[in-house]
Amino acid sequence: MKIGILAVQGDFEAHAAMLERLGVETAEIRTPAQLEGCDGLILPGGESTTQLQFLREEGLADAIEKFAKQGGAIFGTCAGAILLATEVQNPEQDSLKLLDMTVLRNAYGRQIASDVVSGPTKLKSEPLEMVFIRGPIIERAGPSLKILAEYAGKPALVQRSQIMAATFHPELTDDTTVHEHFLSLVAAGASQAAGSAKS
Amino acid sequence: MDAKKPNGSGNGTKGSNEWRVKVGLAEMLKGGVIMDVTNAEQAKIAEKAGACAVMALERVPSDIRKEGGVARMASIKVIREIMATVTIPVMAKVRIGHFAEAEVLQALEVDFIDESEVLTPADEENHIWKHDYRVPFVCGARNLGEALRRIAEGAAMIRTKGEAGSGNVVEAVRHMRAIVSQMKKLTTMRDDELMREAKELGAPLELIRQIAKTGKLPVPNFSAGGIATPADAALVRRLGAEAVFVGSGIFKSSDPETRAKAVVKAATHFEDAKAVLEAHEELGEAMRGLDVRQMEEKDMLSTRGW
Repeated sequence: MKIGILAVQGDFEAHAAMLERLGVETAEIRTPAQLEGCDGLILPGGESTTQLQFLREEGLADAIEKFAKQGGAIFGTCAGAILLATEVQNPEQDSLKLLDMTVLRNAYGRQIASDVVSGPTKLKSEPLEMVFIRGPIIERAGPSLKILAEYAGKPALVQRSQIMAATFHPELTDDTTVHEHFLSLVAAGASQAAGSAKS
Repeated sequence: MDAKKPNGSGNGTKGSNEWRVKVGLAEMLKGGVIMDVTNAEQAKIAEKAGACAVMALERVPSDIRKEGGVARMASIKVIREIMATVTIPVMAKVRIGHFAEAEVLQALEVDFIDESEVLTPADEENHIWKHDYRVPFVCGARNLGEALRRIAEGAAMIRTKGEAGSGNVVEAVRHMRAIVSQMKKLTTMRDDELMREAKELGAPLELIRQIAKTGKLPVPNFSAGGIATPADAALVRRLGAEAVFVGSGIFKSSDPETRAKAVVKAATHFEDAKAVLEAHEELGEAMRGLDVRQMEEKDMLSTRGW
């Protein structure tokens, strides 16, 4: 299994370190060609305006859309979640539109409001530690989305089949729960692809 | 902050989570370019070009150098306008040791504070005790000892000092090479040699021991000071910088918009010479540079602070 991590800008190294701990091979993705051969893709935190520029101008947006269509698993954190949303506000912004949700950027305020909190999750019985850094809020989650974790009454971790988004940064904690869940989606996608190839 | 406690009285009780979100924001800026801007219009240009943050200041370093006088924290009105204009993080500079300016910027809610040698130092003996703030700080360093002293004081990000406003990358290269090679040396040393190294570098043993194990700074390591072209950005990235600051290089060039975009491209694709070539294709004239070797000690900004 190989997981690509979009490395145009942001905390891609933190995701790589987390996946290395889980014994998974990773690749930094800066060009569409580098996505070939990846079973999953992580869109890390960072500045969505910067990342969007690279996605639009260097053919990465098309490559990611194609990757999703072919059943590739994708996980976006913070800026990555913003990129996955169908609608972005505060201010309005273009996106990949792969998850039916409305996301408000910088919704908690400036850096001074960044914090480490915890919230209930369906992934384990204890609450999940969540690091919010100038984080967005999922203001509306469409009916196609499963809500896997919440904070202060708002969805914080959502999933639709093999695509997942978090408004917080599981890669900045010692808890591997969220990444392990993502890897299970990657594995399920891979076995499904193998099954359909057989039939 | 308790008025009876001196500046420097500790980290408070919720230190660890606070520290994580401070270093966390620095992590988010990796791979990007932080651009100096002096007004909202420039900030907009920087954001549109793909800057991951902007540094709000009154004059860019090359003008501070030319005009002289005392350089202070930027006007609040200008910083506010910049904060209201862009959605990316806004940083602002305070004078070395000027903890009251830092408190003002924290009250203003800037996203990052640069305790910077580019401004005229307010204290020639002491730097700010940065653990006392919720807003993260970045500080300049010329070598590993200086970097670790700043981290021990609470800096959540280190950048090379370079020689700001010179348009000359030579000092940034010198500082980045020094930091990286000193870290590499630590990883080869025996435990019983580390105390002497801590003494030589003037840095806390605890941090020295940590680097001996990891070979890395405990906070992101960026580069600043004299970066003027896409190839300059690629150079410092290749030498170990995890992101770059560009000061006078953008808005003192003949083509700020194109150049800003080109530097952003090169900072990301720093290992791909073809991409750096493409970044250079459309460029006009870079800012006029200064030969650092012709400069007198009193004109050097990098020697401010310790």
